Amino acid sequence: MRGRAELGGGRAPGWLRDPRVWQIGCLAGLLAYGLAVLDFGVSPAQVGLTLGAALAAQYAFGRARGVGFEPRSALISGLSLCLLLRTGDPAWAAAGSVLAVGSKFLLRVSGKHVFNPTNFALVVLLLATDAVWVSAGQWGASAFLAFLVACAGGLVVHRALRSDVSLSFLLAYASMLVARAVHLGDPLSIPLHQLQSGALLLFAFFMISDPRTTPDSRAGRVAFGVLVAAGAAFVQFGLFRPNGLVWSLAACSPLVPVLDRVLPGARYQWPGRVPAVGLQAERLRKGASRAPVLGLPRPGGGGARRPRRPAGLFLLRLLRREG
Amino acid sequence: MTMANDFRGDPQEFAVVIPVPTVVRRDQIEVTDQAVLDHLDAYSAPRLVEYFDEDPCRPVREDYLLSMRAAPAPAGERDAPSRGVTVEARYTVGEYDILVLSAKESGGLEAWLVENGYRIPRGARGVLASYLRQGMRFFVARVNLREKARLGFTYLRPLRVAYESPKFMLPVRLGTVNAQGPQELFVFALTRRGRVETTNYRTVRLPTGMDLPPFVKEEFGEFYRAMFAEQVRREDMRAVFLEYAWDMAWCDPCAADPLSPEELRKLGVSWLDEPGGQSPRARPGFGGPVDVFLTRLHVRYDAAHFPEDLVFQETADRETFQGRYVLRHPWIGAAVCLAGRQYREDLDRRREREAQSLATLTGWSLEEVRRKGEAPARITAEPARGFWGWLLRK
Repeated sequence: MRGRAELGGGRAPGWLRDPRVWQIGCLAGLLAYGLAVLDFGVSPAQVGLTLGAALAAQYAFGRARGVGFEPRSALISGLSLCLLLRTGDPAWAAAGSVLAVGSKFLLRVSGKHVFNPTNFALVVLLLATDAVWVSAGQWGASAFLAFLVACAGGLVVHRALRSDVSLSFLLAYASMLVARAVHLGDPLSIPLHQLQSGALLLFAFFMISDPRTTPDSRAGRVAFGVLVAAGAAFVQFGLFRPNGLVWSLAACSPLVPVLDRVLPGARYQWPGRVPAVGLQAERLRKGASRAPVLGLPRPGGGGARRPRRPAGLFLLRLLRREG
Repeated sequence: MTMANDFRGDPQEFAVVIPVPTVVRRDQIEVTDQAVLDHLDAYSAPRLVEYFDEDPCRPVREDYLLSMRAAPAPAGERDAPSRGVTVEARYTVGEYDILVLSAKESGGLEAWLVENGYRIPRGARGVLASYLRQGMRFFVARVNLREKARLGFTYLRPLRVAYESPKFMLPVRLGTVNAQGPQELFVFALTRRGRVETTNYRTVRLPTGMDLPPFVKEEFGEFYRAMFAEQVRREDMRAVFLEYAWDMAWCDPCAADPLSPEELRKLGVSWLDEPGGQSPRARPGFGGPVDVFLTRLHVRYDAAHFPEDLVFQETADRETFQGRYVLRHPWIGAAVCLAGRQYREDLDRRREREAQSLATLTGWSLEEVRRKGEAPARITAEPARGFWGWLLRK
């Protein structure tokens, strides 16, 4: 099936074939580097609280929905939050974790969650309170290089990471920065410096590339990447606000279901799941060509889930009525 | 924004050109006291704390505090040169003649400035063009010699410009054109919510809190310059350094008297009179409770390492930070007891640690530091007599 991870002819063990394991390792390594060398200003208590809250929320929501405990995505969200979210009060970090994991379970359209969990948590917290911020400039140049190498290596190994989104986003964003520099008559050292941002790489390879929140088809993903880049450039240079990437992704994520309807493709599956059987498998193999019914979360990602639809359905119906 | 430039030369030749995001009205421009800025500098400067070791045989302790201002910034003079140039406003404020200019294109602006007696460095035209295309105006200040003579000031006072803009940035590119070597800049940010940091460059905290050999007291300025240069070198001159971040309602230790509300108003703090403008954290006996957070940033920059203007954001971080260095003076005098012997051993180890700290911080050679640290006054221990003397010699 398209999108499954490939690694060395399938000789590697199952868990290693999962790109999320590599992502967790990469994020954890980055966090360790940031805390030890770059003086991130995140306390170990905050790290522990963030990760713990993410895992706890995953467990609780999973139980409520009747699915097994799946810690990998929760760990990724938690680690990303540790890397990006800054606050003086660790309680906000825990709240962020709960928001992130909760959005994955509750904000769904046709079986896919709409927002990247970390991104959702960041945006909600930034809007809701004055007590949190994102430090865009904390990485520096040497971290950028190391990160770049890690990401590039990961891409080679795990082609399932939907690199087309990352690449289309990066290319589009870089072109816009260069175009702006040319228009202003600035030397190219300026867009080059603007691109040397660790936050940009983190965003491009770990956030926007989340296979569960990007369009199903390649054309859709490329378009999505360009859209997010345009949004980010607008926020950064039109509205003069920092962290344009975060706002842009949040604003563009609701467009993913639209893109899925216009440009249908096969739904991505994390490797290692039991393949769907029967009618559901047929539906999945045909992709999202059938118009998704908004408000009804279909069991996506393999037939392993039992068709229980409690809390999520009611919440979505509620949202639709208010929205 | 209040600007103070260190300028050496004939005042007639002084001019400053700052890109500003909007046209500035007369009531938004003011000349302020240098004294207020000096006070702010002294208040937030890195400080030395001295401790005097007690007699190891009998405990007594006194603390003293010294504060040294950081090295003065040899800030860049900005000469900027302007047809198709519109003089949007023209004022005389204090000893300055102020113009607010906009232009259709940078060649015309450059020509206009040159014709009007401003010396523009080569290469400024490209930078001027960039600012013009971003829709910025130019705030040009020149010394009006007659006013200066009438007012009787012998130095150039700082200029304050007030404006509201979503662009929280500091334009530094004009100053790097044709500059000889790196420039230095101190940014003092007074905010309500918390610490200010740059978003397009890494903000690094200066190393702080270490024990240093006592001879540094005589050489604090030199030490600080060397330490800053070494940190700049380590970060490859790509970082902005945080030297002070503190709630102005209190300080510990205080390197200078706290700023009065009047001084803060002169610096542009406009929210002191609002409800909630008074901080609940203030200690009694202070100059009045204030809800102001002070950030002090120190940048050494040039065009190659800092191609972009500095862009800031205000965070919610109210964690305190200051440059604070500790000197521990050894006990000078007889220390004739068991504890005294232990003290001497500890002292040797401590001396070595302090020397290593200093060498690492400043890049000075360890031998040099050790040599300087051979203080003339050392512990003298007379050979003890009697039973205790015998015991100690064991």
